[in-house]
Amino acid sequence: MANIKIDSKIPEGPLAEKWSNYKAHQKLVNPANKRRLDIIVVGTGLAGGSAAATLGEMGFNVLNFCIQDSPRRAHSIAAQGGINAAKNYQNDGDSVYRLFYDTIKGGDYRAREANVYRLAEVSNNIIDQCVAQGVPFAREYGGLLDNRSFGGAQVSRTFYAKGQTGQQLLLGAYSSLSRQVAKGTVKLYTRYEMLDLVVIDGRARGIIARNLVTGEIERFGAHAVVIATGGYGNTYFLSTNAMGSNGSAAMQCYRKGAYFANPAFAQIHPTCIPVHGEFQSKLTLMSESLRNDGRIWTPKKKEDAEAIRAGKLKPTQIAEEDRDYYLERRYPAFGNLVPRDVASRAAKERCDAGYGVGATGLAVYLDFSSAIQRLGKDVVAARYGNLFQMYEKIVDDNPYETPMMIYPAIHYTMGGIWVDYELSTSIPGLFAIGEANFSDHGANRLGASALMQGLADGYFVLPYTIQNYLSDQISVPRIKTDAPEFDAAEKDVKVRIEKLMSIKGKRSVDSIHKELGLIMWDFVGMARTKESLETALVKLKAIKKEFWSNVKIPGAADSLNTELEKALRVADFIEIGELMAMDALNRNESCGGHFREEFQTPEGEAMRQDDKYMYVSCWKYEGEDAEPTLLKEELKYEAIKVQQRNYKQ
Amino acid sequence: MDKTINITLKVWRQRGPKEAGKFETYKLNNISTDSSFLEMLDILNEQLVNEDKEPVVFDNDCREGICGMCSLYINGHPHGPDSEITTCQLHMRRFKDGDTITIEPWRSAGFPVIRDLMVDRTAYDKIIQAGGFVSVNAGGAQDANAIPIPKRDADLAMDAASCIGCGACVAACKNGSAMLFVSAKVSQLALLPQGKVEAARRAKSMLAKMDELGFGNCTNTGACEAECPKGVSITNIARLNREFIWAKLKD
Repeated sequence: MANIKIDSKIPEGPLAEKWSNYKAHQKLVNPANKRRLDIIVVGTGLAGGSAAATLGEMGFNVLNFCIQDSPRRAHSIAAQGGINAAKNYQNDGDSVYRLFYDTIKGGDYRAREANVYRLAEVSNNIIDQCVAQGVPFAREYGGLLDNRSFGGAQVSRTFYAKGQTGQQLLLGAYSSLSRQVAKGTVKLYTRYEMLDLVVIDGRARGIIARNLVTGEIERFGAHAVVIATGGYGNTYFLSTNAMGSNGSAAMQCYRKGAYFANPAFAQIHPTCIPVHGEFQSKLTLMSESLRNDGRIWTPKKKEDAEAIRAGKLKPTQIAEEDRDYYLERRYPAFGNLVPRDVASRAAKERCDAGYGVGATGLAVYLDFSSAIQRLGKDVVAARYGNLFQMYEKIVDDNPYETPMMIYPAIHYTMGGIWVDYELSTSIPGLFAIGEANFSDHGANRLGASALMQGLADGYFVLPYTIQNYLSDQISVPRIKTDAPEFDAAEKDVKVRIEKLMSIKGKRSVDSIHKELGLIMWDFVGMARTKESLETALVKLKAIKKEFWSNVKIPGAADSLNTELEKALRVADFIEIGELMAMDALNRNESCGGHFREEFQTPEGEAMRQDDKYMYVSCWKYEGEDAEPTLLKEELKYEAIKVQQRNYKQ
Repeated sequence: MDKTINITLKVWRQRGPKEAGKFETYKLNNISTDSSFLEMLDILNEQLVNEDKEPVVFDNDCREGICGMCSLYINGHPHGPDSEITTCQLHMRRFKDGDTITIEPWRSAGFPVIRDLMVDRTAYDKIIQAGGFVSVNAGGAQDANAIPIPKRDADLAMDAASCIGCGACVAACKNGSAMLFVSAKVSQLALLPQGKVEAARRAKSMLAKMDELGFGNCTNTGACEAECPKGVSITNIARLNREFIWAKLKD
């Protein structure tokens, strides 16, 4: 088993020339042949939407699927803060190299150098493309584009559209996609959910999908399949992801032989609205951009924190000298703009030490009073007005008058389907893009980089690299869906659904999902230990058994059935949870979002074990009840010097 | 600290587009006023599942007011009684103990009911496909700062672009008109030099598609603007009319 070699297919040559060299020498498909090639794209977010649109523009025949009623709903739409690019419009010393360097360092030296460099390289094209589509980015009075700064960077390289950047970028991709739909190059399948991948002679050749309105199971064949289905953060039940976000497509690919890489790497975002009750269905993010002007603090004195928790004291009554701006204290160079993992752990440290605020003690303050004094209320309102409004609607507090309360929450998963430099998975013909793949963010993603990666993959990377694969497929006729592999895949799906429907147990899907979420948060959450992870694995086994013997799904399978949809996803979340715990247990080090309490410096910073763990863990499926095999892609850093991350100086 | 209320729900239940629907009444007790409206419906559905009944079907996804998936006509208002928010941002503190809350789907010829409170809004996608884009392919764009755009225009374009495509404007309109939706996209793109090139063609083809899909005409009642969760202004409709007249004059 150990002799399977992981080939990441990194092109030869110096780092800065790899992508140009690749493009210069890759194989292409001529226009007449493109029409004869079908490509399935699953997902319509920034990655899937931009890929489907661009492949359509090039002349391929694209089938594009999403579970929502329209491609415009994908959860990319919720990204608030912005998108990074190395334009250096602010003349503050930015460059492709610096964006690359910040991303590698932010990812705690667990990302692949060549991919990240390419990402930084194409970042500038993204901004150009979006402006050409009519994306209304914020501008200065002179008519040029405005920028703001984000965590983990010392330059202002983030482009934004109010607090709705993800929405505007997605609507840009959606408009390009709509144009291709009108032209007939892309066919949309909305309210369809992929339920299995079809592999024929070792190549991805199609999918099985459920029509969510009729409940019908349908077959779709293609020359290549692209997975752009986002991350698996909802394994934790409570996360900033949308209710429908799920990891099932990734798990279907994993079970068909695609490696699952770095499942343990999940990002916990520091600025979310704290949990307030057990009926809660999701957590709302407050954009990281708020950390540009908001200052994070807890009371310096424990008795003040206690009085606040008891409702006897208000934050505005705490004198300036009695406030502990702990990020500014611990990290003078980056202050409130340290990367997300660092900020999240620092908040947890303060709350665990008894300085937390809010009724539960699991919250810290994000305070705008000094920004309002410095800039005036109008400027603050122009920058963050919609976020303040959102906060007030949820919490019933006015952030202009009293500090916001925030606490970390699961937000993004850096892990995902393993891909090589060409964004190809370990199954030929199966590609993965955007959050669904693992490639660019290492162990921690920097703010405003998810949008960048999704669009980079979809507009500028995959449309090139997929041709290198398709060029030798031009003589393959359209894939017929009556092959025995389609029969088998469809049968498996139907058997699984039948099994779920026949359990007729006592518990709703949500109740089991919530229980799963608590196990994940308590034992595979922000701070992990060998013991907690071993406990998690035992508990996950038990919950898997509970699910498969006691779940209750009313209604019928051959009709619209939202409980069945959720059940199919939760079945996979449980297995993702197991993968995450297993991977976290294997990785005896702390890096980025993965924090093992056994591995920390005396100051509580993450301590990597570069001599042992400078690799991508790639998990290979070995069967229903068998342990997966761990394969390793060694990471080599040639262009940068690997260091301990330091945000203090 | 945690305040709770008891409420009665009258919920529209309908098996399919062609089947007759009716209101069902449900009682819910001890609902925390800190829960959101959709979390309250989650509690109802949990209750129904536990009673072996089929849950109420309603569209929702991001639950932070941006994806446009949630809908619901609550006590006679799209997205409920609060202003400038979506249903998922509505919280139960807006209701009183003992209240009866009526929940219906969007009602419009353009949005047929799929089941219960879920409607089919693909008509909106078709309107965008008719011209709600700038015709540029990936790859050929010039530098993003090559064309300066006055901040005022960029800001107005952003305001128009903040439409989330939820359909509340159509549901609010007595004519079932989609003019606010169409005008928001037409305005966003007409205000920017990148979109100006195709402005006339866009206005004509999107309006033609809107008519074709069975949406009504605008009679300037302003109900759409009042109910829009994103506060999209009807001045966009005036801008659309200008673009449309220009286009017709040029024909």
